Amino acid sequence: MQKFANPALFLKLANAALPWLIAITAILFASGLYTGLVTSPPDARQGETVRIMYIHVPAASMALFIYMGLAFFSAIAIIFRHPLADAAAKSAAPIGAVYCFLALATGSLWGKPMWGTWWVWDARLTSMFVLMLLYLGYIAVCNSIDDPHRAAAIARVVAIVGVINVPIVKFSVNWWNTLHQPASILKMGGPSIDSSMLWPLFLMALAYGMLFLTLLVISLRSEIAARKLRQIRFAEIGNR
Amino acid sequence: MMRGAALALIKRDVLLARKQGGGLGAALGFILAVMVLVPLAIGPDQILLQRIAPGMMWLALLLAVLLTSDRMFQQDFEDGSLDVMAMGHLPFELVTLVKALAHWLTISLPLALITPPLGLLLNIDLSQLPILWATMILGSLALSMLASIGGAVTAGLRRGGLLVSLLILPLYVPVLIFGVAAATASLGATSSTPALIVLSAITLMSVVVTPWASATALKAYLR
Repeated sequence: MQKFANPALFLKLANAALPWLIAITAILFASGLYTGLVTSPPDARQGETVRIMYIHVPAASMALFIYMGLAFFSAIAIIFRHPLADAAAKSAAPIGAVYCFLALATGSLWGKPMWGTWWVWDARLTSMFVLMLLYLGYIAVCNSIDDPHRAAAIARVVAIVGVINVPIVKFSVNWWNTLHQPASILKMGGPSIDSSMLWPLFLMALAYGMLFLTLLVISLRSEIAARKLRQIRFAEIGNR
Repeated sequence: MMRGAALALIKRDVLLARKQGGGLGAALGFILAVMVLVPLAIGPDQILLQRIAPGMMWLALLLAVLLTSDRMFQQDFEDGSLDVMAMGHLPFELVTLVKALAHWLTISLPLALITPPLGLLLNIDLSQLPILWATMILGSLALSMLASIGGAVTAGLRRGGLLVSLLILPLYVPVLIFGVAAATASLGATSSTPALIVLSAITLMSVVVTPWASATALKAYLR
């Protein structure tokens, strides 16, 4: 992995891979959306609203997954001093935040017809909300410290503390919710899921994952370009 | 030698907090304001007030500690004392631990001691006072420890206030949940012991993890 620490090599690889990544993402989204929104059957109880699931569920799980990735990149940055790890974490954060927001927004749209309310303080919703706060905190730290090295060093700590916090929050809101109200209305979709719905869901999960990779590569490329620009500017000041 | 240095540091911080004042008074004023304004805002219904009292008191304590957190390292960072501490005998993680402990001794612990009796303004059930004292004294240590992360991350920033709240609120969620759970459980048929045990676990874990996190963040500023 240290081999790709060389930004030039990474750029070469990224430029070669990017068209493929974009193509695969587009195909996956097209097939996932088509099978999910058109060919898959409506749910017996939920009717057509079940189609929100194909947008909602992958976004939620990817949001969680990307936060893990964020912390993983940060750990790599601390342990191996990998020069691209910080940039990867920084680039991943806004994508994860958008996924998280998408999950919350579609969940709210789904909740209105199903539960009769836009928002409930259900354990899952609460922990997603806290995850959103963690994302925002991380992004705020990255942006409010001017010196990029210092910002990266501090953002690593924030990411790792956050990832320790995620399971604790999950556990505590579960506890809190069962203490206050039993989950009676909030039980999701009845019996286990049919394969006619599982396939589109699977395709959409892959599509979200590939979209994340594609955006990450694009964002990393611009991050490397920004670094180069900064160095050129410093060099110019030095030459004056 | 290390113990001597740690003791000296804690003495210095407590002395500074006592002579300068400000932090504790402002936080106490905040808690008082909450206790007075809550009944005015939601109405004088005694039963309702009694039901929400433990939650409101915990909320007031938590936000009051949050208010003071951005100052935990800022002054020492600006006048260069932190640089000296970083070069001293003590491992820097121990420095941040000691400073968080000093914050607990001078702000969170006094607040945790004073807040439960103030609950009388919210018509609290007197039988809840002991458990509230226990959870607040225990939980306030975790509050101080976690606040030190926010203080460290924003030590070099001019306006870190909003950032501190954004960073710390997710970390405070479990403390709040179990602190209130222990207090409200004592009212019903359930035992408050499980919540108290989990709260202790969270507190102990915060004592272990936060010194490292605060020290790492501060070192980035000092370099």
